[in-house]
Amino acid sequence: MTAIPILKERESQIYQKGTQPFQMKCGKHSLAGSVSQRACVFCGSRVVLYPIADALHLIHGPIGCAAYTWDIRGALSSGPELHRLSFSTDLQEKDVIFGGEKKLYHALSELIDIHQPKAAFIYSTCIVGIIGDDVEAVCKKVSKEKGIDVLPVHSEGFKGTKKDGYKAACDALFKLVGQGSTEGISPYSINILGEFNIGGEAWIIKDYYRRMGVEVVSTMTGDGRVDDVRRSHGAVLNVVQCSGAMTFLAEMMKEKYGIPYIRVSYFGLEDMSKALYDVAAHFSDKPEIMEKTKEIVREEISHIYPELQKIKAAVQGKKAAIYVGGAFKAFSLIKALRYLGMDVVLAGSQTGNDTDYETLRDMCDDGTVIVDDANPLELSKYIIEKKADLFIGGVKERPIAYKMGIGFCDHNHERKTPLAGYSGMLNFAKEVYLTVSSPVWKFAPARQLSVNSDQLLTDFNPRPNTEHRTLNT
Amino acid sequence: MLLKHTTSEIKERSALTVNPAKTCQPIGAMYASLGIHGCLPHSHGSQGCYAYHRSALTRHYKEPVMAATSAFTEGASVFGGQANLLQAIDNMFTVYNPDIIAVHTTCLSETIGDDIPQIVKKAEADGKIPEGKYVIHANTPSYVGSHVTGFSNMCKSMVDYFSESNGHKSKTINLIPGYVEPSDMEEIRRIASEMKLKTIMFPDTSGVLNGPMTGRFKMYPDGGVTIDQLKQTGSGMGTVAMGRLASMAAARALDNKCKVPCEIIDLPIGLHGTDAFIDTLRHIAGVNVPDSLTFERGQMVDIISDMHQYFYGKRVGLVGDPDQLLALTKFLVSLDMHPVYIVTGTPAGKKYEKALREVVKDVPGEVKISVPGDMYLFHQWIKQEPVDLLIGNSYVKYIAKDDDIPYVRYGFPILDRVGHSYFPTVGYKGGMRLLEKILDALLDRQDRDATDINMELVM
Repeated sequence: MTAIPILKERESQIYQKGTQPFQMKCGKHSLAGSVSQRACVFCGSRVVLYPIADALHLIHGPIGCAAYTWDIRGALSSGPELHRLSFSTDLQEKDVIFGGEKKLYHALSELIDIHQPKAAFIYSTCIVGIIGDDVEAVCKKVSKEKGIDVLPVHSEGFKGTKKDGYKAACDALFKLVGQGSTEGISPYSINILGEFNIGGEAWIIKDYYRRMGVEVVSTMTGDGRVDDVRRSHGAVLNVVQCSGAMTFLAEMMKEKYGIPYIRVSYFGLEDMSKALYDVAAHFSDKPEIMEKTKEIVREEISHIYPELQKIKAAVQGKKAAIYVGGAFKAFSLIKALRYLGMDVVLAGSQTGNDTDYETLRDMCDDGTVIVDDANPLELSKYIIEKKADLFIGGVKERPIAYKMGIGFCDHNHERKTPLAGYSGMLNFAKEVYLTVSSPVWKFAPARQLSVNSDQLLTDFNPRPNTEHRTLNT
Repeated sequence: MLLKHTTSEIKERSALTVNPAKTCQPIGAMYASLGIHGCLPHSHGSQGCYAYHRSALTRHYKEPVMAATSAFTEGASVFGGQANLLQAIDNMFTVYNPDIIAVHTTCLSETIGDDIPQIVKKAEADGKIPEGKYVIHANTPSYVGSHVTGFSNMCKSMVDYFSESNGHKSKTINLIPGYVEPSDMEEIRRIASEMKLKTIMFPDTSGVLNGPMTGRFKMYPDGGVTIDQLKQTGSGMGTVAMGRLASMAAARALDNKCKVPCEIIDLPIGLHGTDAFIDTLRHIAGVNVPDSLTFERGQMVDIISDMHQYFYGKRVGLVGDPDQLLALTKFLVSLDMHPVYIVTGTPAGKKYEKALREVVKDVPGEVKISVPGDMYLFHQWIKQEPVDLLIGNSYVKYIAKDDDIPYVRYGFPILDRVGHSYFPTVGYKGGMRLLEKILDALLDRQDRDATDINMELVM
């Protein structure tokens, strides 16, 4: 290990396979003073509920929370676009002193009159938890007056981690579930959970299910509609993607409505196919579904296979570092990168749990570094040490990768092209190829391969041409 | 139609902001802090705040943005954030080794009433602040003002903590550039150095948020005002503060604390704005304007004269931050353009609105101004009577697309283009760039809409 210091308290959240006994500590609250890449409870709730396009999303708090989450996530809608507007009670000092309930009441009433939404979600922010507004009571009152569901989301930022925000969002959604009629829903039907239609991914997945002969009752929450959520309890199976976000809802639906759920990932050929097969296997009393599924998988893979092979030849042996929100995504990414012949040298997540990290350890090769809730220094340290060629992460990681002169692929909400499904795998491969083999990295001054803390923290002396990275080496 | 939910009928809204034209104080404080060399901004609040600020600044600058957080928990919000901040200070100096930590508060820590100076004193007493290192703070409650207020508060803190008079006046002029881009700060410095002046500018984010690609990740880039320089501001011969909302508080504080006289002027945007800036420098330092700047000015006037017929009478809608809007509106009026809708989300006050009204008093027809307003209202005005040109941040592109109006990106945030961090819009050079952008937008539209018969080569 090099001399870039790691906080002592952080040591238990970093593991290098093959060097130590495995004892990861995760689900820890981030250390005060660390430059963590994580966010808050509100953020968790907001990302889960945001794609429901015909609902009103009102953020009760000072302006920031609404401003920073205004249309930053490309969750596409095929109809209404109400979710892309930013609504805030914009609390002022006097509201903080005298309470914001009145303001919330008026804001809600006005908005419902103007936009006639199908339902309204009211997000509580930090300050609301402190000044003690009775958001629940206001919601009830407005709900009665306007005759629509007004659902409080208990997402005060400090009350836990992003995961608790997922839970708060699921609690709010669960209040809608069971309200609609389940008439006419096929006995071969599912809900898609944890798919947010970034870049239109939900549409790709839905199309596979349609072709299999499986009805999708609701997608939660990508391109989501309130009425679909209301009748989602009529589905026979819940298919849950994204480990952290919506398992809570699946659990609640299982308990109350007896709907079983399976966990899937739509990313990479292996996991994508497994998802479809698992759903088909659930409907074993109708073997046509499995037949059809096999056909779809064959057809889709043969369609993209030749091009994937070409890309594979070009990126084989390159090294990748992964740092994503949920651990489940990391599993799929590792498999997909392996399929392309690449090595994963670093794998980490913001919100993984014990089982997740055990799975990660089992999947990874010796020497792979596994991190929970990493900071930029740690990430850059391992990128240098492990000589990564590619970094897969989110918005805050992108410029770090670029500054270091390596390729980057956004597997978070800033991706522009769909990466799910078979066509998504090809998109992903193309993106990886494009960035890893880009000639622009030749412009980069030599990447420092040996580092110590002083250099990294303070000084930089370019060493022209000595270790110029070219893609042929 | 992305904004199909915008109605043209305007209903009075009593308690609601839709599509904000502002954001909250802490991000402004974080941006200002990044303009100190070797500084790690610290957000005393929940983890989400700083994650959002870092993301927003990262998207705008396409640069790594470093900051830390007190990562409030439920316990901290009940018992106060002292333990978190103490631990944070210790951790930051141990691992990230900054020269200085600039703490800003959030709505959460403000409301529970954490006393930051007292906590910092405790950290000092406990030996958590290494020799020669500093912790400063600014109170930035999110429910007061806007991001501009937060920027202003942090600038004032720099004075409160560091400025000291050494008894005699130096020949240095302090420049407070306002909440502008790194490129603008660089240009302001360049203009002063063309005049052979010795200056200290604070904050200074050039070289921090528009740095080069080096092949290495650098926690503390080369740019930023140093602590030594900040100390010397107290002995300066004068201060030029640009933009009342963003810079006046710091300039006044410096005057009160160290008796450094200050001139508060508009941002040096446009011909008159830049003239006033250069003239102010000339007066304070008693120097002549060098030929090089007169030459640049002449070039700018040349573009204006060459193309004046395209500016004439164009209706413009602007949304942005108050200091920018005031200077920009003056510039547009001087070009014979008609700024007709002006919105800022920042509650800039009656005096500000009056100043803005004064600038547009000769613009024919009704000029609608909303201080503070939001982009929903702005869009409603446009739906009622359209404009020829829109100027505003990236969110304005929805309005531009929906209502098919030429559009110049300007302000914060710009999430979908590059350039703002490298090319200034202040000074004569910046003015030329603005002219180019405005003309491009207008003339591209004319070309696009021209019939084959009317298509003109020479314009």
